[in-house]
Amino acid sequence: MTALFDIVLLLLVLAVAFAVVSVRDAQTAVVGFIAFGLLLALAWVRLSSVDVALTEAAIGGGATGVLLLRGIARLRNGKGQPRGRALHIGAATVSAGFAAAIAGAVLHAPDPAPTLAPAAMEHIAALGLGNPVSAVLFGYRALDTLLEKIVVVLALLGVWSLAPDALASGRPDLRGAALPSDTLAFLARTLTPFGLLFGIYLAWTGADHPGGTFQAGAVLAAMWLLVLMAGLREPPETRNRLLRGALMLGPAAFLAAGFAGIWLAGAFLAFPPGAAKPIIVLLEIPLTLSIALALALLVAGPAQRAPR
Amino acid sequence: MTGSVTLFGLAGAGLVGLGLYGIIVQGKPLRRLLSFNVLGAGIFLLFGVAARRGAALGLGGDPVPQAIVITGIVVAFCASALAVALMMRLEAVEDDTAEGDEGTAL
Repeated sequence: MTALFDIVLLLLVLAVAFAVVSVRDAQTAVVGFIAFGLLLALAWVRLSSVDVALTEAAIGGGATGVLLLRGIARLRNGKGQPRGRALHIGAATVSAGFAAAIAGAVLHAPDPAPTLAPAAMEHIAALGLGNPVSAVLFGYRALDTLLEKIVVVLALLGVWSLAPDALASGRPDLRGAALPSDTLAFLARTLTPFGLLFGIYLAWTGADHPGGTFQAGAVLAAMWLLVLMAGLREPPETRNRLLRGALMLGPAAFLAAGFAGIWLAGAFLAFPPGAAKPIIVLLEIPLTLSIALALALLVAGPAQRAPR
Repeated sequence: MTGSVTLFGLAGAGLVGLGLYGIIVQGKPLRRLLSFNVLGAGIFLLFGVAARRGAALGLGGDPVPQAIVITGIVVAFCASALAVALMMRLEAVEDDTAEGDEGTAL
């Protein structure tokens, strides 16, 4: 029964992906991509990766979906010369070859499968975390996570720097993303309190259960975007110092904790024994705030209205 | 379970193929970006298969590849946001130059 479910699910995933890459209309492709993200999230649940499923649903499908919908609303749909038949056949051959090679690797995967699960579980008690994925993100591979939080801010810096000079320190414009309507305003007023609560819960529970700063940040970002799109609040000006400070707060706190580790525990990003969990949970508060702001502002795009 | 996990791996391979096809055939930048994301999703799914195959000690999967995929999804989103901003800027600059050309022709 579950095998049948998996087969149907995966066929759906592939069918929707085929539609996304080949359908003529760009808007249909983007809507298909959002559906694709949600179906993929289901696939991740079937692979017992609930943390990844939450991230995929919130960021892979949700945030990327809104971003791309905004993109097709703004971009001309023209451009792009039609491709010849020969190119289609060539591309199909090359792609099928690649897919076949990867499929071959999947079918001949090493047995028993290599795994780091025992290594991850061996020291998890010292970190005091119940969620092994969080243990990897904040304990064993904290450097990757630190750099990633910085990459998010760098990407935002890149997006902001694409604004024309005269507008660069002004406000992004989300009005084109949705027509402010009473229904949207009602939804933004009703859903936001629950969304905020759920986001905070996800950040808090991430230490021991599926959840964490990215998932929580994505939910909080979605709530803020909803309020902005409904026209209940204006997006902030990019020159706003409070905003810039809040964006840097998470990475700065993480970096500070990293350097404190040299002094307290003998290595960069090491946590003193017994105090790892409280430090990580405390760090997650500014990190969630910064990531939520950065994700929402990445969707909002560069400034499009001059500063006042 | 192993047989079923292999199916997810084959689907991942299929997504990589579809994404690659889209990147080559689609002419419009936004459609290429969509295909790029489909390709990435396929690669993430392969990581998921590696994680599930490495399940041990009562865990649903190896947490290391799972954590890498979470990082990957966020970075892919950031790259997509930057790409969309670049496309919009490119169109704005093209419009400006087109207007400038008309101005000199008159």
